[in-house]
Amino acid sequence: MELRDPANLVSSRARTYWATQYGVLGVILLAAATAGSSVGRLTGEWRWLAFLAVALVLVVGVGVIPIWRYRVHRWEVTSTAIYTKRGWIVQELRIAPLSRVQTVDTERGPIAQLFKLSTVTVTTASAKGEMKIEGLDRETADRVVQELTAATATGADDAT
Amino acid sequence: MNDRDPRTEAGVDGEPALGAEVMAEVAQDFPADEQWRRLSPRMLLVHPVREVIRFLPVLIGLLIAGSAGGGQNWWSLIGTGVAVALGLLRWFTTTYRFNQAQVQLRRGLLNKTTISAPMDRIRSVDVTATILHRALGLAEVKIGTGAGESELKLDGLSAPHAAALREDLLHRRGAGAPTSDPGPAADGAAAPVGDGTAEGVSLVKNRASQDELIYALDPAWIRYAPFSPAGLIAALAIFAVGGQIIRDSGLNVENNAQVQSTWSSLEGLGVALAVIVGIVVLLLVMVILSVGGYVLSFWGFRLAHNEAGGSFHTSRGLLTTRATSLEKRRLRGVELHEAVPLRWARGATLRAITTGVKDEGRGMSSTLAPSSPRDVVCRTADLVLGTPGALATPLQSHGAAATQRRYTRALGTCAVPAVALIALAFMVGRAWIGALAVLPLLLGIALGRSRANALGHAITARFLVARSGAITRRTSVVERDGAVAVGIRASFFQRRAGVATVQLATAAGRQRYDVLDVPSHAAVDLAEQILPGYVAQFRE
Repeated sequence: MELRDPANLVSSRARTYWATQYGVLGVILLAAATAGSSVGRLTGEWRWLAFLAVALVLVVGVGVIPIWRYRVHRWEVTSTAIYTKRGWIVQELRIAPLSRVQTVDTERGPIAQLFKLSTVTVTTASAKGEMKIEGLDRETADRVVQELTAATATGADDAT
Repeated sequence: MNDRDPRTEAGVDGEPALGAEVMAEVAQDFPADEQWRRLSPRMLLVHPVREVIRFLPVLIGLLIAGSAGGGQNWWSLIGTGVAVALGLLRWFTTTYRFNQAQVQLRRGLLNKTTISAPMDRIRSVDVTATILHRALGLAEVKIGTGAGESELKLDGLSAPHAAALREDLLHRRGAGAPTSDPGPAADGAAAPVGDGTAEGVSLVKNRASQDELIYALDPAWIRYAPFSPAGLIAALAIFAVGGQIIRDSGLNVENNAQVQSTWSSLEGLGVALAVIVGIVVLLLVMVILSVGGYVLSFWGFRLAHNEAGGSFHTSRGLLTTRATSLEKRRLRGVELHEAVPLRWARGATLRAITTGVKDEGRGMSSTLAPSSPRDVVCRTADLVLGTPGALATPLQSHGAAATQRRYTRALGTCAVPAVALIALAFMVGRAWIGALAVLPLLLGIALGRSRANALGHAITARFLVARSGAITRRTSVVERDGAVAVGIRASFFQRRAGVATVQLATAAGRQRYDVLDVPSHAAVDLAEQILPGYVAQFRE
């Protein structure tokens, strides 16, 4: 008997968000490679290898990773527990009782703000028991945080 | 900040005699006192000596080299002076105080920092006395709170004061709690705080008689020291320090005539003999150093259980003595270590899985039993856990796929040196070098077999028992009540083999305990057993 997937996908805008992230990284790498070859530091086959690597980052980062990640990253909050799924090569399912949740944080990077997305991080008393939901739209993130905060306020035993 | 009460300071500190009288006085002082106090003035002697010892290699170098040594060494001398002055200044600017709710430490001259430890957050208290401290009748008290917070360190209280403080900090709250409760009680906030001074005194007196000895180191067990990896690490550390001293003292090894002549006479003996001599010397040095390290850190090791206070106490050390108190409710299990040479000698070590202990260095603070006979260690574990036989639980094997993965992974790692040897054989054209490639492969098979045999887990009424590893074999017994989250993790290769790693996240010990390569169909059941009532809702 296996576990089913968590009920919710993250926001569909997350795909564009992740693609933009890798796009920005690719552009920076491209600029570095161009600068390197114009100054004369990158010559011969190294030059082509560098541009090939940049192209690979752009194609995989913009074309493959966001779609794959969107299919894999799922989450669910029930009345008793939180359940997340992450990772594509190494898949990781995590379940934590709401009573053991210690803090709930939201985080918005500059690119995430552009797409009105948030990352919700749920921490437990264990340094290795953190759960992250990346790419939630802002309204959902606020709702989740509110729900979790309300649920954790009533629970007393954090098992430290 | 200067409003400390000189009377209390003198009363506690002036008379180093141990005894009920001092204890009682400390206990009386302790609860209601809200004064900021300084650490023992005898620390003013410790700081200069400590700094001088730290710069000792340089000072010796200065003496040996004399004026020819060059100018830069004088800077070290000036540095020593500055360090001494800073140490003295630290005493004047460091103050601490207690009240019913918390312990506070304030330090710094310009940038004042105050560290507070709420009483109900105190998980462990550690009293350390180096030989320097002991000569002056002092001790350092470290107060451990929850994970991630900065440690509160009171370096330099008089020894009786430190001992009384350790008793008091852990026991005042524990005294009112139910003592026979095997599981974790409700959160610390509910624990009562002792009030009257009279109660404090009587508790101090009662406690001493209630300590029940669980483990005491038999001097004959020093025979396990050479097999213990801790000794090896200590030996390497001493080597590194020794090399540093030789370098700092300005002794030039390469140009030293004596070193040169020894080396050339060794060369005359022939390479084979030199290698054998080298190995024998290295082994001897390792044995001597590891025995020395074991004796220094674990001499007189005692583990006692205090029923009334709900805590465990360990004390140990030959020159530097160290006493640690662990709160029983925070103990989430134990970990049995059987690293390879020690396992061959039928020995083992035991560590506590607990919150609030900073595992600095080699995790010595959580040691419950140093290298000792395995059955003694298992008996100790039973007494600590209060449930007999947890370590003897028959473990469930993880099946063929997990076994196969142990072999492929071990052989995969050992294939690298094997391939390198074969390549080398082709390059230099000597077949016998290629034949040596069999050795790493045989080692790989042995390693894989050992790992496959060790792998297993079990669920008992209270614990998750998980064992894995060949060279550093570990058996973790973790209380399921302590789980704060459960994870199921599977890499691409694990998914293909139909296995997954089940992870128990907890606030104690290493924070996460893995059950490696459980068959996929059993992984969810195991997760459900770790967190009963939370996982089933997500099943298909």
